[in-house]
Amino acid sequence: MHEALAVNPWVALAYLIAGVCFILALRGLSSPASSRRGNRFGMAGMALAVGTTLATHELASLPEIAGAIAIGAVIGLIIARKIAMTAMPQLIAAFHSLVGMAAVVVGAAAFLNPEAFGIADAVGEIAKVSRVEMGLGVAIGAITFSGSVIAFLKLNGNMSGKPILLPARHLLNLLVLAGIIGLIAYFVTDQAHWVFWTVAALSFLVGFLLIIPIGGADMPVVISMLNSYSGWAAAAMGFTLHNTAMIITGALVGSSGAILSYIMCRAMNRSFVSVIAGGFGAVADTGGAAQTDRPWKRGSAEDAAFLMSQAEQVIIVPGYGMAVAQAQHALREMADKLKEAGVRVKYAIHPVAGRMPGHMNVLLAEANVPYDEVFELEDINGEFAQTDVAFVIGANDVTNPAAKTDKSSPIYGMPVLDVEKARTVLFIKRSMGGVGYAGVDNDLFYRDNTMMLLSDAKKMVDEIVKAMDHA
Amino acid sequence: MDFIAILSIFVLACFVGYYVVWSVTPALHTPLMAVTNAISSVIVVGALIASAAAGSPLSKWLGLAAVMLASINIFGGFAVTARMLAMYKKKGR
Repeated sequence: MHEALAVNPWVALAYLIAGVCFILALRGLSSPASSRRGNRFGMAGMALAVGTTLATHELASLPEIAGAIAIGAVIGLIIARKIAMTAMPQLIAAFHSLVGMAAVVVGAAAFLNPEAFGIADAVGEIAKVSRVEMGLGVAIGAITFSGSVIAFLKLNGNMSGKPILLPARHLLNLLVLAGIIGLIAYFVTDQAHWVFWTVAALSFLVGFLLIIPIGGADMPVVISMLNSYSGWAAAAMGFTLHNTAMIITGALVGSSGAILSYIMCRAMNRSFVSVIAGGFGAVADTGGAAQTDRPWKRGSAEDAAFLMSQAEQVIIVPGYGMAVAQAQHALREMADKLKEAGVRVKYAIHPVAGRMPGHMNVLLAEANVPYDEVFELEDINGEFAQTDVAFVIGANDVTNPAAKTDKSSPIYGMPVLDVEKARTVLFIKRSMGGVGYAGVDNDLFYRDNTMMLLSDAKKMVDEIVKAMDHA
Repeated sequence: MDFIAILSIFVLACFVGYYVVWSVTPALHTPLMAVTNAISSVIVVGALIASAAAGSPLSKWLGLAAVMLASINIFGGFAVTARMLAMYKKKGR
């Protein structure tokens, strides 16, 4: 029975090719030009993996399988078509939860019918190695599921973005995790039902406990981390089923999520451990309120239009606030007008400008901003000193010079965009009262070369465009 | 396949993943997450095996449920990735 899976070398080869297709899918993303072909490789790999599986198993229930695929396809395609680009982080979190749940369910199916998976010995007992792999797969899958559900609720606004702190939460989490590991070890000696289901239940619990104390500002890390977990869950299932495609994919996705988590942590100057420990943003509203008694300059749309049309180069610094105000299309129109007037326009993106890695780039791409005008922090930071106008729209903490100078600031050490080096900074903000996500005041507002444009982002940009028309 | 052979594939794939993902341009990190989501649904292979097998009816229905969940992810993931990638255009289109 055990050799049944490896018997046909062609099958193993097909899964290997599927795995290679998935590598090529990610490889394609090294540039937008090759990315679409990469995505087609991914689809081909998936079709090959599914086709091979269906072709090499006796199908006791083909109509039901076709039905399940069809239902999933319809739901998936409708969601993919309807979803707003601003809601992409929620969607990704929801998709992660599905991968996690699927891993748990596949694990349960394999536990109940090990013969079908070729992991049972002559007397119907599950092989010992397979039990460990199965236990790990179910545990990681369950953590991914419940963690992603909480991340979804927080990102979607169904649940407060504020961290929820339980007493003794670190001890509690460690105890539950130790319990899971202990039970998986015990599972090797006794494949009882209660052990399997307790591992699943405790893992659901710990996924929930791990994510509730993490605040909204850290969600880009959380969503990357859950991406990684969903990969490890798939890899563990691949070990259980001896399936090369699943193992390769799991390793790819696991590393991908881990690297993205690292990039997000670095962009916020936070250690991974402190993000996981949670609580960031819980105490930030003490003493962080803007000191509006300091002098600052207010500008009008006409001032902004004049300054920018006289400029040689304008760098636009967008943040999530731009997307919330739905100002990206108006912004593109403004940039087009400037380019007609002979002004060079560039966009500067901070890695955590959106709610997930690369989110701002997608939002700008949706507004038809060419991707070769959009630059990452390290590529453009040196240019602010030779720039006439830095136009900050919907971003705040990522422009705060205090991150470079003020050791007492909660964001000290975080890499920021050097907008204050531009000759003039135009800063769109709803009012002077509010503070950024990290809950700190921004020194930039009170600089001599800063002009505050107090308004809704979209309304202000519309007015600037109008003012340019009149000029 | 024995455990060590599988482990070798896994470890090497982790290294491949490491280098491939670092070569992804930051502008495409959101599509990267969407497509990794879609491909991690290759777990559907396990779900198909469970639902195709005779024997335990409960296992079959669990398998079918997982096939549906994974299909949402596969079709939704690839489609939303394609939708995003179609928006990335160069200057002077």
